Formats: sequence, structure tokens, C-alpha cells
Amino acid sequence: MKARVVVTLKNGVLDPQGKAIEGALRSLGVEGVASVRQGKVFDVEIEGQDKAAASASLQAACEKLLANTVIENFKIDLG
Amino acid sequence: MKAAVILFPGSNREGDAARALKQTTGRQPDIVWHADHDLPAGTDLVVLPGGFSYGDYLRCGAIAGRAPIMDAVRRHAAAGGYVLGICNGFQILCESGLLPGVLMRNANLHFVCKMQHLRVERAAAPFTSAYKSGEVIKVCIAHGEGNYEADDATIETIEKDGRVAFRYCDENGLLGGAANPNGSRNDIAGIYSERFNVLGLMPHPENLIDPMVGGVDGRGMFASLAAAAG
Repeated sequence: MKARVVVTLKNGVLDPQGKAIEGALRSLGVEGVASVRQGKVFDVEIEGQDKAAASASLQAACEKLLANTVIENFKIDLG
Repeated sequence: MKAAVILFPGSNREGDAARALKQTTGRQPDIVWHADHDLPAGTDLVVLPGGFSYGDYLRCGAIAGRAPIMDAVRRHAAAGGYVLGICNGFQILCESGLLPGVLMRNANLHFVCKMQHLRVERAAAPFTSAYKSGEVIKVCIAHGEGNYEADDATIETIEKDGRVAFRYCDENGLLGGAANPNGSRNDIAGIYSERFNVLGLMPHPENLIDPMVGGVDGRGMFASLAAAAG
């Protein structure tokens, strides 16, 4: 089973990388960009077909390692 | 004082930490591999050295913070043992939950490698008894992710409890502006745990112990620890 985990910075956490990308887009002449926040995407292959078990494993994966919940939120998408 | 320096894949300052400990305490520390489950018996001080453990993959310190040896380090800290995390070691302490907050990318996005003044915020601690409160020391910094951040409640708690160990400052001890090299909240360069037995800091006191390399202001930290641990 394929799953996608998206980790993003919480609102209010300063994101210097996002700011730099925002500035670069502006200097490239890309119009209409109000702001950019950078995050991470993890594509995870889960063994078996049990969706509830997969969801529980991914929840644990996010809390234990994939996200630092001090500054980051995560979203699990099980296709 | 019996010290153990933890070696993670990608650590690169373990030799500096070991040399500083040997020169200041006269005793060679053990080097302990990250996959071990126990610290050497009788360890007083654990040092998590600087470097780029696991290539800073995922987040700096994230994977090392969950290495097998870290359970032993947590037990050591819970029992009141001393833990010193320098640079990447500070990042590992934050990721492992031994210290609050997180080290984010430097606000100006640059890796900074230079001499830096620090203000010793508190001499009444086992890591800094050889200094005076408010004393300005000159050490070096070398990091890309040293921008200390935590939520408002955590910052308030740390400040109220006097857990800021060092702040970035200029040569006169003044805070703010260009004296803050990375955008850290409240100019924080290092913080203590609740019981003041765990210290994480971004600067490198272990590199300022020999006059040949620019100063000896880092010696005080190791001398303080040796005095505290006996």
C-alpha cells in the first residue's frame, strides 16, 4: 500500500528557506507569488492491506521521527 | 572525572572534545559508539560532540537523537549525570527530548564560522562555576543551523528559571543586532535542562583551550565540570 506523508512548518514558525525561495521567484520575474513555505514529502510503502494498521504505523512514524512536532505539522495520505 | 564522548556516524569534533577533556582534566575520555546500549560504568559526563551526524539527513540531530545509545544517555541524565551537547550535540539533545526547543536554519541562511563573544548568564551551575556571571568570553562558532527557537511558553519558562546558559553578544557584552550570528530567540547560545545537569550550546568551547589556537576561554567549562564531578 502506498502512502504519502507531508510535513510542513507550523504557522508562525519563521522559514528562512521559504523566504529565500520566495525572493528567488520574485527575482526570476514569476508574478503573483504572495509567500512560500518549504516542507517535506515522504512516499512510504506499507506492507499488507490493512488500512487502520497502516494509519497507526504512519502516525507513530510521524510522531517518533518524521516530524518534529515542536515546529512541524504532518498530514498522512493513504491514497 | 570520567567522561564518555559519543561517536555518531558523521561526528567530526569528537577528537577536539577528547583533547579538551584530556588537557583540562588529565584523563582521557572513553569514545563510545552510537550503537552501544550502555555507557561505561562510572561515567560522570557524557559529551555529544559536534559534526554532522547522519549527514544532517531529515533534520539535524534527528536520527542521532534516536540512536540506541541515547536511551542510556537519557537514563544517565535522569539519574542526575552531566550531559554536554556541543553544536550538533545541542541539536541532538533537542531532538532527543533532553532539552526543549529546536535549532533552525540560521536566519541569514549562511553557515557561520568565526570567533564569537558570549555572555555567561549564570555562574551558579556545574558547567560554568569557573566563570563569573555576566563575564564575556570569546570562543568560536561553526554552524548552519543554530537559530534557537521554541514556543513562547517554553521561552518564558526557560528565561524565568534562569536556564539560559550563554547568550551571543559583542566584545562589550552587549546583546542584539550584529552580535547575534544566527537569529536565535533572545540571543540564546546555550540552555540548561530543568535540573541544570544537561547543557546544550552551539559554540565550541572545546576548541579554545590552547593559547596556540587563539585563546583559552573554553577551559573554564571543563574545569568547572571536573570540579563538580570530582
